[in-house]
Amino acid sequence: MSAALPRPDGSTPSVPPVTSPSSTPAPQPAPSSATVVLGEAEIGRALTRIAHEILERNKGGQDVVLLGIPTRGVPLARRLAARIAAVEPGIDAESVVGSLDVTMYRDDLHQQPTRSIGTTDVPGDLDSKVVVLVDDVLFSGRTIRAALDAISDLGRPRAVQLAALVDRGHRELPIRADFVGKNLPTSLTERVRVLLAESDGRDAVLIESTDEPTGGAA
Amino acid sequence: MTTYLLRDVSPLGGERTDVLLADGLIAAIGAGLEAPQDAVVVEGAGLVLLPGLVDLHTHLREPGREDAETIASGTRAAAAGGFTAVHAMANTTPTQDTAGVVEQVWHLGRRAGWVDVFPVGAVTVGLAGERLAELGAMADSEARVRVFSDDGKCVHDPVVMRRALEYVKAFDGVVAQHAQEPRLTEGSQMHEGVVSAELGLAGWPAVAEEAVIARDVLLAEHVGSRLHVCHLSTAGSVEIVRWAKSRGIDVTAEVTPHHLVLTDELARGYDPIYKVNPPLRTQADVDAVREGLADGTIDIVATDHAPHPREDKDCEWAAAAFGMTGLETALSVVQETMVDTGRMTWADVARVLSTAPARIGRVDDRHGRPVAVGEPANLTLVDPAARRVVRPEAQATKSVNSPFRGRELPGAVVATFLRGRATVLDGVPCDDDVAATR
Amino acid sequence: MKHLLSTGDLTRDEAVLILDTAGQMAATQAREIKKLPTLRGRTVVNLFFEDSTRTRISFETAAKRLSADVINFSAKGSSVSKGESLKDTALTLQAMGADAVVIRHQASGAPHTLATSGWTHGAVVNAGDGTHQHPTQALLDAYTLRRHLVGAGGAQDPSGRDLDGLHVAIVGDVLHSRVARSNVQLLHTLGAHVTLVAPPTLVPVGVEAWPCDVSYRLDDVIDTKPDAVMMLRVQRERMSSAGGGFFPSPLEYTRGYGLDARRLAALPDHAIVMHPGPMNRGLEISADAADSPRAVIVEQVANGVAVRMAVLYLLLAGGQTPVAPQPNPNRSAE
Repeated sequence: MSAALPRPDGSTPSVPPVTSPSSTPAPQPAPSSATVVLGEAEIGRALTRIAHEILERNKGGQDVVLLGIPTRGVPLARRLAARIAAVEPGIDAESVVGSLDVTMYRDDLHQQPTRSIGTTDVPGDLDSKVVVLVDDVLFSGRTIRAALDAISDLGRPRAVQLAALVDRGHRELPIRADFVGKNLPTSLTERVRVLLAESDGRDAVLIESTDEPTGGAA
Repeated sequence: MTTYLLRDVSPLGGERTDVLLADGLIAAIGAGLEAPQDAVVVEGAGLVLLPGLVDLHTHLREPGREDAETIASGTRAAAAGGFTAVHAMANTTPTQDTAGVVEQVWHLGRRAGWVDVFPVGAVTVGLAGERLAELGAMADSEARVRVFSDDGKCVHDPVVMRRALEYVKAFDGVVAQHAQEPRLTEGSQMHEGVVSAELGLAGWPAVAEEAVIARDVLLAEHVGSRLHVCHLSTAGSVEIVRWAKSRGIDVTAEVTPHHLVLTDELARGYDPIYKVNPPLRTQADVDAVREGLADGTIDIVATDHAPHPREDKDCEWAAAAFGMTGLETALSVVQETMVDTGRMTWADVARVLSTAPARIGRVDDRHGRPVAVGEPANLTLVDPAARRVVRPEAQATKSVNSPFRGRELPGAVVATFLRGRATVLDGVPCDDDVAATR
Repeated sequence: MKHLLSTGDLTRDEAVLILDTAGQMAATQAREIKKLPTLRGRTVVNLFFEDSTRTRISFETAAKRLSADVINFSAKGSSVSKGESLKDTALTLQAMGADAVVIRHQASGAPHTLATSGWTHGAVVNAGDGTHQHPTQALLDAYTLRRHLVGAGGAQDPSGRDLDGLHVAIVGDVLHSRVARSNVQLLHTLGAHVTLVAPPTLVPVGVEAWPCDVSYRLDDVIDTKPDAVMMLRVQRERMSSAGGGFFPSPLEYTRGYGLDARRLAALPDHAIVMHPGPMNRGLEISADAADSPRAVIVEQVANGVAVRMAVLYLLLAGGQTPVAPQPNPNRSAE
């Protein structure tokens, strides 16, 4: 277990693990500037719109299960569930939302320091349900591929759809989102950061430019 | 025979002078000696001249374990370490428990020509601890054995030990006991203490050594014999010997170089290089044996040079053999722990590494002699200012199980003379010259 | 950390991480599909020089549930083949490309020797070495303790929490027990207070340096209301003089140190009874105690799989900066 332990919230510092006292961590690319591309109000509106789109597409909320991908996909899924329950009669927010940790299905584990495993908590059984995966940033698509594998070990939903707050392009697999908060064309030298009140104290989506290309973490 | 003029050397660390070696003897000592024609001059400024070192406890492994060491390689290593005489322990295969085997070892030593080899005779047949070997026959043989030991094993039966102590009086012999109560040390791997408890290695309690020494000094007193204690390693053992001497009991004791400096903490890495019998003990024990050596309670330093082939140390601790090499590092370790710390002088070093062991082994007619005109030229020339890093693969001994690998030690042997012939010159064994004597 | 050799090497945070990860692994084992693809393509070798079907099966299950390939190597190390078997075996395994070697050996320190020798390059997991350590046993014991005694007995998620304030009594042959050594260190690291209970002959010289208390009287310790009692296996062979005569007779041992119905009843209501197995029913633990609802012995076994999955995941899944272990210069790596 290296010195750069994953934080309990599942995120991992980008510092490579220190396996001997004499090695020093690689220097982090310093963000030379950060731009706010979505503020609190805009995020709220996007989520409201996505919630309605989910209901519209699925002709109501029965059989819909929202699974947030830790870490930030989870509070986003909860917010969507709350909005859905607010407009759809007979739907209880708690019973339609859950979390799906995909760490153990990732294909890139060996290229990064050990990640800690998040919680998988699925409300009820998934057979014949419509699962809507919820994540903050859609990038290479590998996280979603891992999520599809995870779901198939948990049950057999009728359909799987994807809601992402931000789609920043640069897909490495044939994966697309059904519901998108904002399309953000970015270059590979930029980093997209999503802040949410539940974990970071405020809502914002930031783009930071760095000197080096950032790998597809999502 | 080549004549040697040792210029400007310091005998036993004393006033600088010149020493002339000719025809196997010390021919002259004085300032500004003239070099005879054809003499080889050895520049000795800064060098210390000691009587040739005498090791009372070495394992040459031949006959039986020539993969670890032979008499030729072991004695060459001894010469490189500044020794002119070694006592070769009896735990060979076949055991050195008959006149025939000790004579064989003695002849092989003479033929090799590096040092005088004095075989040690086993106390009991086959080292089994049951009945006495033919001690008298070994004493009368060409090897003229005077030191008897079952080293490797303890003469644990009190009656057998008593008989041995009595019997050797007839020829001024001495029993050298490896003190280890066998029942208390069944399966033991290292010193019993805090470290062994944590490491899960079976312990070798200090009392297993001390109880045997206590019994033996009382037996020696009772039958009026002399006793020698091998590789004494604990504070309690030092106290028992001190008490025995104060009572006038004729006991002598030895300590190894590794017990002067290494502790059981080294076992923590499970590296069997540090596995030895008796085991490395605590710092308190190291302090006590240094004190004992300084105040004379411990009479001599003896190497217990125990070479082992690679595969016997390249394994897990429990499967490894016990033992460390030491002929080529002994003098340096004594210098580092005792001379450089001011507790002993070079004259004391001569006592504990030459004069006293020669006396105990009854070879003091030839070895451990004073550095004086007319004495046999068995001498060692040391450079105390030198520093060297120990590299076991570069040593003369065939085996590489030295616990000092990578350690920088002070002092280097510049020359060794056996009866006036150089066995080591410029720090290098004189292979051609020694071969020519065979 | 590249290896798991001893619980003494774990910091509190590392230990809690292993327990938390084990919790996540346990959750996956409650599903219908228990298998995860995480260690696909990795090879785990079970190198067992000492017989132990239970531990070996536990490690094998853990590895297979993570989709790793498992090779079982069972070698009875005899005194004749001594050290050669470990080195040559290790070199052979390296040639087969082992990513991890799970080793159980009768010689204390053998896993350490393997890890520092340079003979293999994979992670080394100590599955029990002589009388030295059995780290995964201690970890599953800690996991079991936490499940029952922290977070209102399962009502709350104990993730992120240690065993602060718990009092655990470990009873039995401490002298020869690697389970005891691993547990004393780990429980202390996790903030628990440990009392060892044994007859004086079965307590090692040097125990004064351990971070725990020692008592020779089981009833006195039970009176202090410990939260858990961990019974160690006592070998009958140690009773006879051939075995060193540590104890006069099995009956006297059971009278003084056995967990019987009376002592079981004297424990506080919430206290649990543990045993690393295999049990000597009637010797160190009565049938009543072993079968009582307080005994979590069967659960310990199940938790063992989750804990070992966590250990294999944490050692093998991530990409450490590739640092080959510095080989010991006293060993030849050829």
